[in-house]
Amino acid sequence: MTLFNRSAKELQALVLSKEVSLVDLTNEAFDRVEKLDGEVEAFLALNKEKALEEATELERTPFEERGPLFGLPIGVKDNIVTQGLETTCASKILQGFNPIYDATVVKKLREAGMVTIGKLNMDEFAMGSSNENSAYKTTKNPWSLDRVPGGSSGASAAAVAAGEVPFSLGSDTGGSIRQPASYCGVVGMKPTYGRVSRFGLVAFASSLDQIGPITRNVEDNALLLEAISGVDANDSTSANVDVPNFAAALTGDIKGLRIAVPKEYLGEGVSEAVRQSVMDALKVLEAQGATWEEVSLPHSKYALATYYILSSSEASSNLSRFDGIRYGFRAENVENLLDLYKETRAQGFGDEVKRRIMLGTYSLSAGTYDAYYKKAQQVRTLIKQDFDKVLADYDVIIGPTAPTPAFKIGENVEDPLTMYANDILTIPINLAGVPAISIPCGFEDGLPLGLQIIGNYFDESTIYRVAHVYEQSTDFHKQTPQIWEGK
Amino acid sequence: MAELTKEEVKHVAHLARLAITEEEAERFALQLGAITEFAEQLKELDTTNVEPTTHVLPLVNVLREDVATKGLDRETMMLNVKEQEAGQVKVPSIMD
Repeated sequence: MTLFNRSAKELQALVLSKEVSLVDLTNEAFDRVEKLDGEVEAFLALNKEKALEEATELERTPFEERGPLFGLPIGVKDNIVTQGLETTCASKILQGFNPIYDATVVKKLREAGMVTIGKLNMDEFAMGSSNENSAYKTTKNPWSLDRVPGGSSGASAAAVAAGEVPFSLGSDTGGSIRQPASYCGVVGMKPTYGRVSRFGLVAFASSLDQIGPITRNVEDNALLLEAISGVDANDSTSANVDVPNFAAALTGDIKGLRIAVPKEYLGEGVSEAVRQSVMDALKVLEAQGATWEEVSLPHSKYALATYYILSSSEASSNLSRFDGIRYGFRAENVENLLDLYKETRAQGFGDEVKRRIMLGTYSLSAGTYDAYYKKAQQVRTLIKQDFDKVLADYDVIIGPTAPTPAFKIGENVEDPLTMYANDILTIPINLAGVPAISIPCGFEDGLPLGLQIIGNYFDESTIYRVAHVYEQSTDFHKQTPQIWEGK
Repeated sequence: MAELTKEEVKHVAHLARLAITEEEAERFALQLGAITEFAEQLKELDTTNVEPTTHVLPLVNVLREDVATKGLDRETMMLNVKEQEAGQVKVPSIMD
C-alpha cells in the first residue's frame, strides 16, 4: 500500500507524528515511478537529485512554519517551465530545452514547500485529447493500459490515478485538465480565466489557457488551487481579485443550492452510462438539499467550431516563436535563414500541431479573417452570454465532463474531427472563461466517469463546496485501479 | 470556400514558415477541408451587431510603474543557444 492513498491532511499527520519524513515522501514518489512508470509512461523528465536535496533541506523548517502542502510531492505538466529541468511541451522542437527561469506557479509551489518530482507527458503543445500527440511516448490509462488517459494533461491525471504522485499541475485550454481527470477517475479543476498566472506556461491559446490542480480528492484540490492562485505582475491577464481560502468553503452544506442542468449536455453522443451517472449524482445532491432544473445553453453546438478557429488562430501566432534560432531543435544542412525556419518547424512539429498552425494561419488570412476569425469571436460572445444568463439564476451548472469513458489507444488518430468531439462538453467553459471541475462519479465497464460542475466567475468556492458534498456522499474517489497495488 | 486546394495549403504553409511535401499538402488539404467545412456551420448564426469577444475579463491597459528593473543577464540568456560566437547568436546567411 502506498502512502499516496492518503490526503494532504493525513500525510501531514504522519509527518507530524514522525512516522514518515519528508525525504520518505519524496522517495516514495520515485519508488512508485520506478515501479509503475514503465507501464504508465507518464514522466518525461525526473528531478530526483534536486528533489531529495530539497526535501532534506525542508526537514529543517519547524512544524509551526509549515503550510498544509509542505514537503508533499508534485508532478508538473511539461508545458510549464522549470528552471534547469528540461521542458519540451512533448515536442521535438524543444528537445533539450532547459528553461532559465521558473513559471510563477512553480515559484508558488516552492513557496508552499512542495517538491517537484518531474515533468509530465502531454499532447504536443497541449493539442490533443489522448496524449497520442506526444513526440516522445503515449501515456497509458492506469485503469486499462490499452486505453488513453485523455489529454492534453493525460499524464498529469494518469500519474495521480496510478499513485505515482499525490498532486499534479495540468493546463486546460478546451478541457485538457477535466477530460483526463474524468478518464482517469481523479479530481481536476480549471479555474476562472485569470485566477492563476500564466507566466511560464508555454502559450497555446492565450485567451483560453489556464493552469489548474489535479488531485485524488476535493480538499487537496482546493488547497493546491489556493497555493497557485493570485495576481502576477508578469501576467497582465491575471486578475487582481482576492484569493479565498477555498478549503474553508467545504462546509458540507448545500441546502437551497440551485443547480442548472443544460439539456444540450445530455443529448446525442453522450453514453447511457454517462447520462445515468449524472442523473444519479443529481439525486445525491437533491438528498442534501439542492434543487435542479433543466435549462438550455442554446449555442453549445457551435462551441466546437468556434474553439477550433480561435484556439488555432492564437496558436499560429504563439507558436511562431519556435524558429530554431535561440533554443531547442535546429534543422541542419540548410542554405539560408528562410529554409532554416521552414525546415526546423517542419521537422520539429508533429502533424496535429502543423494542422492547427495552418488552420489558424488560414483563419487569420486576408479574405478569410471576417468569415472565420471574426465570426468565431462573435459566436464566442453568444456562448458567453448563454452562461451569463443561466448563472444569473443558478449557483452551478452540472453535466458530464466527457460524452464517454476513455477510448482505446489508436481508435481516433486518423480522424481529427472525431477526436475533437471528445471535448464537446468542456470547450464552451473555456470560451466563457468560467471555472469548472471534474470529479469521479461512476464507472462504465470498469472505466471511470466524470461529473462536471461549472460555476460563476471567480466562484470556485461554490464548486468545491458542491463537489465535496457529492464526494463525501459517494465512494467513487476511494477506488483505485488494479495497477495501484501491482498485478 | 470550405474546400481547400493543394495550392492554398502550400501558400498557408509558406505563410506559417512550414516546409511541406506534395504528399503532405494533399493530406492536409483533405483534413483542413473537412475542418473548415465543419466550421461553416457558424454561418447559420446571425451575428449582426454582436461584439466580438477577444477576452473574457474586463481588463483594460494593465500597466506597471515606469521603473527600470533588471532583466536576465546575457550569459543566462545564451545558455540554450546552440551556435554562438562572441556572445552573439549565429544563423545561416540571410541573403542568397
